[in-house]
Amino acid sequence: MDNLKDIIIIGAGPVGLFTVFEAGLLGLKCHLIDALGAPGGQLNEIYPKKPIYDIPGHPEILASDLVDNLMKQISPFKPEFTLGETVIELTKDNEGIFTLMTDQGTMLRSKVIAIAAGLGCFEPRKPALANLEFFEKKGVDYIIRDPLKYKNSKIVISGGGDSALDWAIYLVNIASEITLVHRRTEFRGAPESVRKLMELSNSGKINVITNAEVTQLNGSEHLEGVVVSVEGGQPQTLDAQFYIPLFGLTPKLGPIAGWGLGLDKNAIQVNTLDYSTNIPGIFAIGDINTYPGKLKLILCGFHEATLMVQSAYKIIHGGKDPSFKYTTVTGIKPMQ
Amino acid sequence: MDIQLKIIDRQGEFHEYEIPSDCGLNLMELCKSAELGVEGICGGMALCGSCMIYIDQGPELPGVGEDEEKMLDTLMHVRKNSRLACQIKISEKINGLQFTIAPNQ
Ligand SMILES: Cc1cc2nc3c(=O)[nH]c(=O)nc-3n(C[C@H](O)[C@H](O)[C@H](O)COP(=O)(O)OP(=O)(O)OC[C@H]3O[C@@H](n4cnc5c(N)ncnc54)[C@H](O)[C@@H]3O)c2cc1C
Repeated sequence: MDNLKDIIIIGAGPVGLFTVFEAGLLGLKCHLIDALGAPGGQLNEIYPKKPIYDIPGHPEILASDLVDNLMKQISPFKPEFTLGETVIELTKDNEGIFTLMTDQGTMLRSKVIAIAAGLGCFEPRKPALANLEFFEKKGVDYIIRDPLKYKNSKIVISGGGDSALDWAIYLVNIASEITLVHRRTEFRGAPESVRKLMELSNSGKINVITNAEVTQLNGSEHLEGVVVSVEGGQPQTLDAQFYIPLFGLTPKLGPIAGWGLGLDKNAIQVNTLDYSTNIPGIFAIGDINTYPGKLKLILCGFHEATLMVQSAYKIIHGGKDPSFKYTTVTGIKPMQ
Repeated sequence: MDIQLKIIDRQGEFHEYEIPSDCGLNLMELCKSAELGVEGICGGMALCGSCMIYIDQGPELPGVGEDEEKMLDTLMHVRKNSRLACQIKISEKINGLQFTIAPNQ
């Protein structure tokens, strides 16, 4: 079995990231896991280019800049990251050690778990199609991990935003045939992408169908075709080995709901003394927790992380209290 | 002046409200404070789509803005009468509006 981590943090949003810093000051090393492919949580996924005005000491800061700064601030403490993987299982043995498993089979162990899972895992929005789930991994993909998978295939993409446009354009030279289906008449992606798309559509390289929706998936073992319904027109049947709906991501609580933690309306109940949950050794901080007076703010999550690591230290060091020191006195001691 | 609003929640239950037209809230904030199951994740910036509603009847509403259009483009269960509740301010102009809260994304 792999070595024991000090603290495993589920969620690399701002609160998970700052936990690394506070833990680092106490000499504790952290491993972060996030379902997204990059750190930042809601800040990077929902509003990277919006200014935030209530981070102490920053009159105004772009969400993506705050994430970059946090990454810089925690770098001396050498956090380890497992990105693009969702934690699906969490168990505790009789010695009080937690084993955590991701959907890709990564297994990690520690005495302390910090759940900083925000609003939950970001999952793709799925269109309401009868046999959609049957065709998952059999021709239906919500995320493009390996573009070469589509080499010489006929693919249909749904969506009208940046990711649908960008992928349709990117896959032009890889797939043998691309159809982009969009519910509306206009595309609202970046103007440069829209221009490019129109060019490729005019030259017949991408088949663009607007005011339309994919309404049926056909095939026996693997996807073989889709039916596209066009407003006020006849439904069209298209050959397709792959259907890629790209409608963005939305957060869902997901597997956390099944770990035996006290919940109140999709949030984990905690003791405000140290943000501990009903399971000793598991803490919940940031947007994922709830207590009387809770506010879902970055600032509050930072405070919660700071108090939480004090108790984490005690658990890891057999009940010993950490000594309290200012950073101005000790400075930052980088880890190996 | 007080205005009347009628809301059908996700369970199909009918709610009627009388609220001051100058309360300064938008329809997402109203649904949230009435605990009708609307999340309003992004706080009202047309960035998450968790407050989609279907306009059933009532006065004509101000048009759909660019940000709102962009979000509606990416959501599930969108219909012709879809709007984001966070983009509609409570005022005398919406007196008598009836809407249904759209399913969760
Ligand atoms: C549009 C918008 C504007 C906002 N403006 C402000 C503002 O001005 N000021 C302010 O203080 N706050 C603001 N907020 C709120 C702020 O973004 C949140 O309070 C903050 O993101 C919470 O951070 P977090 O680390 O707790 O969670 P998140 O940022 O939600 O990150 C949680 C991470 O956990 C991951 N995760 C969840 N479950 C799992 C799992 N099982 N396995 C793997 N990974 C998992 C998710 O993928 C996600 O990346 C705003 C939010 C939005 C949406």
